[in-house]
Amino acid sequence: MADNVFDAIVIGSGISGGWAAKELTEKGLKTIMLERGRDIPHIKGYVNANKESWEFPHRGGRTQQMIQDYPVLKRDYPLNEVNLDYWVNEKESPYTETQRFDWYRGYHVGGRSLMWGRQSYRFSDLDFEANAKEGVGVDWPIRYKEIAPWYSYAEKFAGISGSRDGFPTLPDGEFQKPMDLNCVEKDVADRIKQQYKGQRIMTIGRVANITEPLPGRSNCQYRNKCWLGCPFGAYFSTQSATLPAAQKTGNLTLRPWSIVTEILYDKDTKRAKGVRILDAQNNKTYDYFAKIIFLNASAINSAWVLMNSATDVWDGGLGSSSGELGHNLMDHHFRLGASGIAEGYDDKYYYGRRPNGIYIPRFQNYGDDKRDYLRGFGYQGSASRQGWNRDVAELTLGGDYKDALSEPGPWTMGITAFGEILPYHENKVTLDKSKKDKWGLPVVNIDASIKDNELKMRKDMTGEAVAMLEAAGLKNVKSFDNTYYMGQGIHEMGTARMGRDPKTSVLNGNNQVWDAPNVYVTDGACMTSAACVNPSLTYMALTARAVNHAVGEMKKLNV
Amino acid sequence: MNRRDAVQRIALLMGGAMIGSTAILTGCKSETGKPTEWTPEDIAYLDEIADTILPTTSTPGAKAAKVGQFMTVMVNDSYEEKDQKVFREGMEKLNEAANDKYDNDFIKLTPQQRTEFLTALDKEAKDYAKNAKEGSDPHYFRMMKELTLLGYFTSEIGSTQARRHVPVPGRFDGCIPYKKGDKAFT
Repeated sequence: MADNVFDAIVIGSGISGGWAAKELTEKGLKTIMLERGRDIPHIKGYVNANKESWEFPHRGGRTQQMIQDYPVLKRDYPLNEVNLDYWVNEKESPYTETQRFDWYRGYHVGGRSLMWGRQSYRFSDLDFEANAKEGVGVDWPIRYKEIAPWYSYAEKFAGISGSRDGFPTLPDGEFQKPMDLNCVEKDVADRIKQQYKGQRIMTIGRVANITEPLPGRSNCQYRNKCWLGCPFGAYFSTQSATLPAAQKTGNLTLRPWSIVTEILYDKDTKRAKGVRILDAQNNKTYDYFAKIIFLNASAINSAWVLMNSATDVWDGGLGSSSGELGHNLMDHHFRLGASGIAEGYDDKYYYGRRPNGIYIPRFQNYGDDKRDYLRGFGYQGSASRQGWNRDVAELTLGGDYKDALSEPGPWTMGITAFGEILPYHENKVTLDKSKKDKWGLPVVNIDASIKDNELKMRKDMTGEAVAMLEAAGLKNVKSFDNTYYMGQGIHEMGTARMGRDPKTSVLNGNNQVWDAPNVYVTDGACMTSAACVNPSLTYMALTARAVNHAVGEMKKLNV
Repeated sequence: MNRRDAVQRIALLMGGAMIGSTAILTGCKSETGKPTEWTPEDIAYLDEIADTILPTTSTPGAKAAKVGQFMTVMVNDSYEEKDQKVFREGMEKLNEAANDKYDNDFIKLTPQQRTEFLTALDKEAKDYAKNAKEGSDPHYFRMMKELTLLGYFTSEIGSTQARRHVPVPGRFDGCIPYKKGDKAFT
């Protein structure tokens, strides 16, 4: 076999790319995984993982230089001193915005699996059926029962801790033992269950931090420094989980610094034959060939790769024949909710820094519940005792003030809503050839916004947050809304959606590009709707399922 | 700070946005400030201000935690130019006010005088904030106090002596007894 010929090519090394590489190599396929950025080796690449707050000159905060260098990242919390190197260099890789879209990227081995929020929830049939029932977008080509075994498969390997709650909108999975709720959260959970007669629940977050060891990985040590990279391998990332599994097979070639510029399409066979890359370091072009290609560059960049491919056949690129490539961009809208004070717990505290919070699954528009908008939202949050950054009654400075701030403050509890955004054709990414990145490649333009349905939902998100916290006995409950811009959820989805009809979707029910069935897209791009839960677990399940399909087709000589 | 922490912090903070480095909450446009020179006297002076806000008690205070030095780093690197100006002029204003009131430099005041003086200044800063129009400069004493709290409680002393710091907790226990006087965990 020539050194540029493989059985399979995986484009991207984040959550879904890592899964594709693991599954393909474990099924015996010689696979090359192409990553546009640098390598970050497991553990030794996590240079700040063991640093303490006082070892950072600005204690984790941001400098004016950083603010200047990162015009997008600075818009929200991701711009910080402790894991700055994990975020894309915005000067090298710009994009343009017709409407504001905050695009937070990680261009390195592992992608955003290193910095992700790790909340891991299954979609339910409430989600898979919604588009068809409501006449929104197109119907998902799959239902829950088709993906359920793949969720189980993904959960067992990734290691998801959580509790089985038997709640209809949030299917249970194969969980490791759940993390604890703290004293206040426990009581709030009990009161919510009671007040709402089981129609609403509050549970511990289902999170990709392991509470029981897995091969090569320790259980969570409760440092809450996940997004620096975990030296214990305690949360799921490409580095901690899928990459070592793929490497163990001896079938994987990992090539960092490889910007895929196009998928090479063969008009005669109507299949892709390989990919072309630009080496980000030496600027040379290389071609790689394979029977199967998995495109996992993250939703917006996967659309970019497709738009740049097979343009001699389709002006809009590979997968554009439906008119949907780059369209239907989704995210989750949030940054609003409520908080209050829990009285009567002054003699209670907690030990350890739990990298997880509570979850209140969607209860809107389910069963007899009807709202003046479609779909719904869930809440994430936690209770904790306030820290030094608080006001102390009667004291402004001096020894008593210092000693008071050295003790834990009052208990507060806050919840933030995460809501579904509908797929709107007009929310889209396109190629912007007027601007080039460091390598002379055209950039993307993003043009998307939330609309009436989301705005109506947002009113309800704060209203219900206040009502629930008050019902749970919290005092001085106040709502907050810090406004939301698309992208801030860092859950880009939908730009190459799955569907049942090549006229209205880019991918079929097995994640194959209708126009090139040996190209599979299994990252956020494939999502037909967004649901209101964190999406990464669904990418894992869809990827494993798609690889199983691809290898089956290969054996049948169909791809 | 990950998304959950950020969300939580925003949800829980009653005190409002911090200056300069955390423009995250205000979204204000930034201009790069020029680093300014600081003399050892400047740092010693800031140390005394910080140590009046957070003095040595059963645990070392802000001076021991080198908060004066930390303030200069933050003002140089994280403050916008206009805020740097407010801070530098504030250092002079503070000393002038000390001279007006006690006929002496701040650094020469007795501990009791310093406490009395800065307590009054803290009230002035709070009253100023209450009446300030949106977009107007923050009061210099708010800056000093804010940097003192941040600098102290994220320092090694503030983390490991004033509070309890367990680098690798190893487990999470959601409900343990607490009695008044027990220090907070970091």
